[in-house]
Amino acid sequence: MSGLVLEGISKSFNGVSAVDHVDLAVPNGTFVCMLGPSGCGKTTLLRTIAGLEEPTSGRILIDGADITAVPAHKRNFGMVFQSLALFPHLNVGENIAYPLRIRSVGRAERVKRAEELLALVDLRGYADRPVARLSGGQRQRVAIARALALSPKLFLLDEPLSALDAKLREAMQVELRKLQQRLGITTIVVTHDQREAMTMADLVVVMGQGRIQQAASPVEIYRKPVNAFVADFIGSTNLIAVQGSGQGVTAPGGTIPGVVLAPGQTSATLSVRPEDIHLVPVGEAPLTGTISFIRDLGASIETFVDAGGTQIVAVASPRDRAEFRVGDTVGLRLAPESCRVLAS
Amino acid sequence: MSATLFRRCLFTLVAVFLAAPLIVIAGVSVNGQRTLVFPPVGFSTRWYGDIFADAAWRSALTASVTVATLAAALAVAVAFPLSWFLWRRHAPWARVFQILGTAPFVLPPVITALGFLTFWTSVGAYGQPWTVVIAHGIFFVTLPLVTLSLGFASIDRALVEAASTMGADDRTILRTIVLPLIRPYLISGFAFAFVLSLNEYIVAYMAVGFTLETLPIKIFNSLRYGYTPTMAAVSILFVAVAALIFGLIARFGDLPKLLGAWSSRN
Amino acid sequence: MRLEPPRRALDYAPLVFPAVMLTVFFVVPFGIMVMVSFFQRQPAGFYTPAFVFASYERFLTAFFGGVLGFSLGLAALVALICVVIGFPFTYELARARRSVQVVWLVALLSILSLSEVVIGFAWSTLLSRTAGISNLLVWLGLMEKPTALTPNFGAVLTGMVYQALPYTVLVLYPAMARLDPTLMEASRTLGAPPLKAFLTVVVPALRNTILATFIMVFVFALGSYLLPQLLGRPQHWTLSVLITDQAIYQSNMPFAAAMAVFLVLVTLALVGLSLLVGRKEIAA
Repeated sequence: MSGLVLEGISKSFNGVSAVDHVDLAVPNGTFVCMLGPSGCGKTTLLRTIAGLEEPTSGRILIDGADITAVPAHKRNFGMVFQSLALFPHLNVGENIAYPLRIRSVGRAERVKRAEELLALVDLRGYADRPVARLSGGQRQRVAIARALALSPKLFLLDEPLSALDAKLREAMQVELRKLQQRLGITTIVVTHDQREAMTMADLVVVMGQGRIQQAASPVEIYRKPVNAFVADFIGSTNLIAVQGSGQGVTAPGGTIPGVVLAPGQTSATLSVRPEDIHLVPVGEAPLTGTISFIRDLGASIETFVDAGGTQIVAVASPRDRAEFRVGDTVGLRLAPESCRVLAS
Repeated sequence: MSATLFRRCLFTLVAVFLAAPLIVIAGVSVNGQRTLVFPPVGFSTRWYGDIFADAAWRSALTASVTVATLAAALAVAVAFPLSWFLWRRHAPWARVFQILGTAPFVLPPVITALGFLTFWTSVGAYGQPWTVVIAHGIFFVTLPLVTLSLGFASIDRALVEAASTMGADDRTILRTIVLPLIRPYLISGFAFAFVLSLNEYIVAYMAVGFTLETLPIKIFNSLRYGYTPTMAAVSILFVAVAALIFGLIARFGDLPKLLGAWSSRN
Repeated sequence: MRLEPPRRALDYAPLVFPAVMLTVFFVVPFGIMVMVSFFQRQPAGFYTPAFVFASYERFLTAFFGGVLGFSLGLAALVALICVVIGFPFTYELARARRSVQVVWLVALLSILSLSEVVIGFAWSTLLSRTAGISNLLVWLGLMEKPTALTPNFGAVLTGMVYQALPYTVLVLYPAMARLDPTLMEASRTLGAPPLKAFLTVVVPALRNTILATFIMVFVFALGSYLLPQLLGRPQHWTLSVLITDQAIYQSNMPFAAAMAVFLVLVTLALVGLSLLVGRKEIAA
């Protein structure tokens, strides 16, 4: 197929496995976010794609051609590093034109291309600045422009926005996504920030313990997590252990109508998003519990309910929720379609 | 006693102790007369002129500067590829050479001096002027080795990776990234080796003591035959050159960091 | 950058020149020197290959035992004085303004790099009858007439402390510059006066650094060879002086080499000890 294909990529350091049999196909023009907790192997996988690490086994293909053995400097991928890796001895223009300079592109053309790239990232007129005199966001843009200087086949970014403050980070996420759509370039971003992944990606790849746990669109990842790891990592969720049969299930605090387990299955874990749980007066729902804590965040209210020993969190907007107090016994209403039965 | 007062007293006492002999030497170096008296009687700068005018002093100066320049260059030529290799490659056994490069400087100098004396005698090159260049080059290889190791450690490896993802191979990275970033450390390593070679006595003496007079050898030999004010002038010249060179390093580099402070902010 | 082991022969290329230079011009001379220490000395001043312990046996005489004892004692005394002065000084230096630090560091480096010849000459002048400090004391009326304060043991000691003090400060400087300043502040907030805080917090925190510095200065002082000659009498000569004397003037290379080998062993033992102490510091 056209695009990037990873076939059975494994990487271990001194016998310790960092990436474990990863298979992934990324069609051209896709924006991929690799998401996972630190130490899950996402950065190692990105570096392997870039050629900075050699896989212990497996193959990397670009448009059907095997590039596993091609060294990093011959792959022509653009990469933005977590530290940005701007060359401190070169100014902004020289940094951006570095890939052209080492290919002996003439000076005039280098200057022209650098100006184009600076325009692309909204930094016109900054070519002569020393990189030390840039703000965090500007350094970010320079690193992006430099990585795009050669119009690479693949654009790789390792936690590119982690050094920015929250507000700037959100603005950059939108900007990066727009830039990618404009250029149509296949992009892979490594991040541990799930909001960032949801904002930018066509395809979210959730990694844990060196493996791909789930690769799907953001909505599908959120709505249909395949296992407890994904459900818990993407947003917050309630994991409820249930017993049951083909007829319905029983949770510690009561029954949950409408949820059906697969034939032959007697126990399972349900994942229910806090915003899908509605608090109602006792008697209006078969599942009940006692309110143990209420956290008012202004825009939303989180209510912690103890349902037969399992803690369940419900989130509601202040307007939608009836007045309850700590210690009240409440009913928990949840729609069957919002309950996700996880593979155990 | 307050802490500031204590600091001032301590600084003053150490300063006086360190400066006293140099002040006296500076004084006698501008004496109007040839005898050794302090405070100076009369004033004359002709002893400084003698360093350059007197053939014997001038040739000692030339010899010292030539040896120091070549020896420092040799020390850097040995230290640079070694420290680059150690930084670039994972090869723990190659640390042996780093230890070898540090050893001459840690051992008492007389050891290195005697080692070279037996060596040059054994290979039949004893007394050749170039032998002292090699002897000093090896003796002082520690200095550029230390500054360069510090320098390499300060280069973010992501810079090298970034350059390689942009298409630069090893040689190009060395030329366009590593060399420009390491240059200050290269220069200070050279400068350290140069100043110390200029002042070194015993290794030079044992290698070429009877055929080539460097400045320290010349001063020592002159001391045996009695005092001349030119010695004082040369000594002051030494101090001035050292202070100038280290001052330049401090001006253009980060001296506290070079000497082991972690951060240079204060 | 992946830090990979060298694979192809070409990867080793940068190592060739340094390895050859250090092997040929350090390891080989050192080996020859060790060999010579076992050679048979001929009365004419040459030596012939042999494997005898004659040179080592000469250590066992009272004279060389005395020289060795004096060398070690002198070095230890110099190291002690330098650490006692250098420790509080470096502590204050590392806390001074950056510009003050830089000026001091330049001055210390300049003096450290000074030739022993120059230091010896400068101190012999400062302690001399005609141009020395005794003239100042006479002028102040504290003394009857100027006297020479050299050569004697005090002059040797002073000269060697002068030479070793900048070294001491520069060895202590990294540890002091990296010392957490809040350590002192914390003990101050607990009510300790500055001196007490210094003695009960800084000194114990750097105990191993102090010991390692002491050993390093000790080794440094062992290497001093000109100052005992320029500022002292023959009974103040150290092992370094004796080695030079035997090698150059007595033409007894095997004996000089044997003494050098012995000095190396002492030095290596001390360096090993200081590394051990330093490692504990890191582990602690």
